[in-house]
Amino acid sequence: MTQKITINLNGADVTAEVEPRLLLVHFIREVANLTGTHIGCDTTSCGACSVVLDGKAVKSCTLFAVQADGRRIMTVEGLVTGGQLHPIQEGFHEKHGLQCGFCTPGMMMTSYAFLQNHAHASEEEIRWAISGNLCRCTGYVNIVEAIKYADAKLHAPAAGGA
Amino acid sequence: MGVAHGMGHSVKRKEDARFLRGRGNYIDDIKLPGMLWLDIVRSPLAHAKIVNINKEKALATPGVAAVITGADLVPYKLEWMPTLMSDRQMVLPVDTVMYYAQEVAAVIATSRYAAADGVAAVEVDYEPLEPVLDPKKALLPDSPVIRFDREEKSNRIWHWEAGDRQGTDAAFKGSDVVVAEDIYIPRIHVASIETCGCVASWDPMEGHLTLYMTTQAPHAIRTVVALVTGHLGLHEHKIRVVSPDIGGGFGGKVPVYPGYVLAVAASVLTGKPVKWIEDRSENLQADSFARDYHIHAELAAQKDGKLNALRMGVVADHGAFDSAANPSKFPAGLFSICTGSYDIKTAFTEVDGVYTNKPPGGIAYRCSFRVTEAVHAVERMMDVLAQKLKMDPADLRALNFIRPEQFPYKSAFGWEYDSGNYQGALDKAKQIIGYDDLRKEQAEKRARGELMGIGLSTFTEIVGAGPSHTFDILGIKMFDSAEIRVHPTGRVIARFGTKSQGQGHETTYAQIIAQELGIPEEHIAVEEGDTDTAPYGLGTYASRSTPTAGAAGAMAARKIREKARKIAAHLLEANEADLEWETGKFFVKGVPSRSKTIQEIAFAAYTNHPQGMEAGLEAVDYYDPPNLTFPFGAYICVVDIDRGTGEVKIHRFVAVDDCGNIINPMIVDGQIHGGLTMGMAPALLEEIVYDENGVNLTGTFMDYLLPTAMETPKWELDKTTTPSPHHPFGAKGVGESATVGAPPAIANAVVDALSHLGVTNMDIPLTPQKVWAVLKEKGAAL
Ligand code: FES
Ligand code: FES
Repeated sequence: MTQKITINLNGADVTAEVEPRLLLVHFIREVANLTGTHIGCDTTSCGACSVVLDGKAVKSCTLFAVQADGRRIMTVEGLVTGGQLHPIQEGFHEKHGLQCGFCTPGMMMTSYAFLQNHAHASEEEIRWAISGNLCRCTGYVNIVEAIKYADAKLHAPAAGGA
Repeated sequence: MGVAHGMGHSVKRKEDARFLRGRGNYIDDIKLPGMLWLDIVRSPLAHAKIVNINKEKALATPGVAAVITGADLVPYKLEWMPTLMSDRQMVLPVDTVMYYAQEVAAVIATSRYAAADGVAAVEVDYEPLEPVLDPKKALLPDSPVIRFDREEKSNRIWHWEAGDRQGTDAAFKGSDVVVAEDIYIPRIHVASIETCGCVASWDPMEGHLTLYMTTQAPHAIRTVVALVTGHLGLHEHKIRVVSPDIGGGFGGKVPVYPGYVLAVAASVLTGKPVKWIEDRSENLQADSFARDYHIHAELAAQKDGKLNALRMGVVADHGAFDSAANPSKFPAGLFSICTGSYDIKTAFTEVDGVYTNKPPGGIAYRCSFRVTEAVHAVERMMDVLAQKLKMDPADLRALNFIRPEQFPYKSAFGWEYDSGNYQGALDKAKQIIGYDDLRKEQAEKRARGELMGIGLSTFTEIVGAGPSHTFDILGIKMFDSAEIRVHPTGRVIARFGTKSQGQGHETTYAQIIAQELGIPEEHIAVEEGDTDTAPYGLGTYASRSTPTAGAAGAMAARKIREKARKIAAHLLEANEADLEWETGKFFVKGVPSRSKTIQEIAFAAYTNHPQGMEAGLEAVDYYDPPNLTFPFGAYICVVDIDRGTGEVKIHRFVAVDDCGNIINPMIVDGQIHGGLTMGMAPALLEEIVYDENGVNLTGTFMDYLLPTAMETPKWELDKTTTPSPHHPFGAKGVGESATVGAPPAIANAVVDALSHLGVTNMDIPLTPQKVWAVLKEKGAAL
């Protein structure tokens, strides 16, 4: 038994016949072949699979693909626009916020969603925001710095006067 | 023209470009035409006879292509495989399972989901056997012997000792003070965020195997696969191992696990590529386990605190098979670094490796072979002694440090420490954290009934294995390698025998070559991990990449420079001896305008090389280090303990590290941040726990707790620099220092907070439950 669904991934519709039990993360990785979204656990603990669903960060291992039918998803592959890195990507590069890179897409998508509705966030707020995303390499110090970098860049006071 | 940023520059990482865009190429991203999926049936019991395996329902499941059991492997002699420790391990059991979650059968199917359906449909009947779980009881004469396949009827795998037993006994007798503690360092799991996996692709026409695999040591794996399959006609020249981007290794991706071998067997059986990717729960239950050391530690000293002798006895729980990855001559790894940073004249240690009905353990969790265990024991004992003598632990350490002028220093166990300045690092750490004021603050808080503790760790590591006279794995010497080719246009491809798992080799290795040849690092492509192209090396673990392959990179570059000198002499019509090197060019002594850049020389190497000289500009180096390297550091941790909940909060943590000369400070700091967090993890949170039946109770990330950003403090870093005198550019390696040094600093802080209640030792992890129980017992709980 399969079901036909259409999910808008990074602006493009992807339509496929899927089993109702297919996890969203497997749809993204194996049906749409967007392998930037990763899998690190089976208990909704690690956040390696984080994507942005209709503006909110979600763990794509914990939704069925059919639940995302007709909805909009943004993955790490959607961060670059016009060949330009998004400030969050820039921040991770400039501040050495990644080592093995495995947690990085999920970390960036969670941060992306967080910075959509938080400006000038405190260290504590940032740490809380990413506390559902595990990183085994960086000790989080530089990830926090990366998010601060992006926060500053995204929410810079408009250049005024003269 | 770019600029060469060699040593000491925080060059931003080259590898980031693909990772930031979601274009990394990790194992589960590899998809080959016609690929099948493999999933594994695992044992629900820790020790049992297999009465029957019924495949029928599984074979009738849609999409399932085959089911493989141990019996199916017997005709090919593949039911056992050799381990790196000269033991052997079951690929699949024929009649007896040895541990909970052991691989019992493999299902091959057309999709991930169909394979999982097939696993659920395999029916296995077991007859339970009594599991042997306590390694100390396993050594008693009346214990059942679990390894029925061995001639020796004992659960003892080996007994290993080092040092001077009689001398140490005598020194203990003649000492004023003796302290002793039992210290258990529990089983933990590396838990890289990417689990293990592979894609095996067998080409029946060519008789060729390509194995994409999460491995830290691709060349060694190629040789091991050839040894396992040689009798089936698959030889080493027909095997290509490719280690793609690795999502964290930390030692867990050094050994060979049954899943890899099963994927190879399944690919040969089906003639199709086969992918095997572990689930997290499989990973946490079946492989990548470390530590599990039951230590009895003793120190003997004079009244004034001067150390006389050290003695340590260890029972090491290795699980059902000795599948650790230690150098051959060191079944207990480098545990004999346990005299630490101290001038201890006499010492003795003995270790018994023991089989139990647990999955194989003993790999290194981000440390050089058993160094963390050794450091934890000696650093903990220094505090125990200080407490007994009512001395400040910093003063006791200062009194006993090996002094700078004693280097090279020969330890009681025979290691030759290359260089160090332990007091310098400790002074710096004390000054940064304001040690004396902290002690005052602690006294005030104590008077108010608050629990604050200050813990020190002044550790020495032993990394960079290693010199070929002493170090080998399965007989293969532990050198490492680099091959550098300078193209006619001055651009470079460099390949190494190691394999980055996040350490940033593509950047740092390019910087080493930039330093040696003056070629901009952005003109240098670095490759690792493909055995068809990279020179043979032993891989990345034990902080060995910079000490070995990094050194090989420098040496290969120096060979190139020597050839470049000859070409430059020819081009400048000068005498070789009259040429001087200055980053990126040779010039005639005293006439700086008469010069040739390395790029001009590279072009000439292919277009205008001297008569009688081979064309080209390339070199290979297999670097055999003359000694190990001994990074060190001084860490100070301040904790507050909540008397109501037993929760330990790290209030401050200052880490002063010394890893010799630094290639890329940004990357080194990143390694230390990560290492400290992986040091805090087992100190406060992580432990693999088995119930009385040998069932793993911590098999998911909901029970096995990795630190999140909330528990992880803001680490405060600083450095001292004491170059290694024998390394080509004075580096020592840094990937694991912090994981080794941090746990005792934290444990010492917690015990220090409770010392006035009469607490002398507590085993990690110092969980709220454990701490609260002690508070309760001592009447200090709120
Ligand atoms: S894969 Fe771990 S939370 Fe989704
Ligand atoms: S960078 Fe490796 S897990 Fe975060």
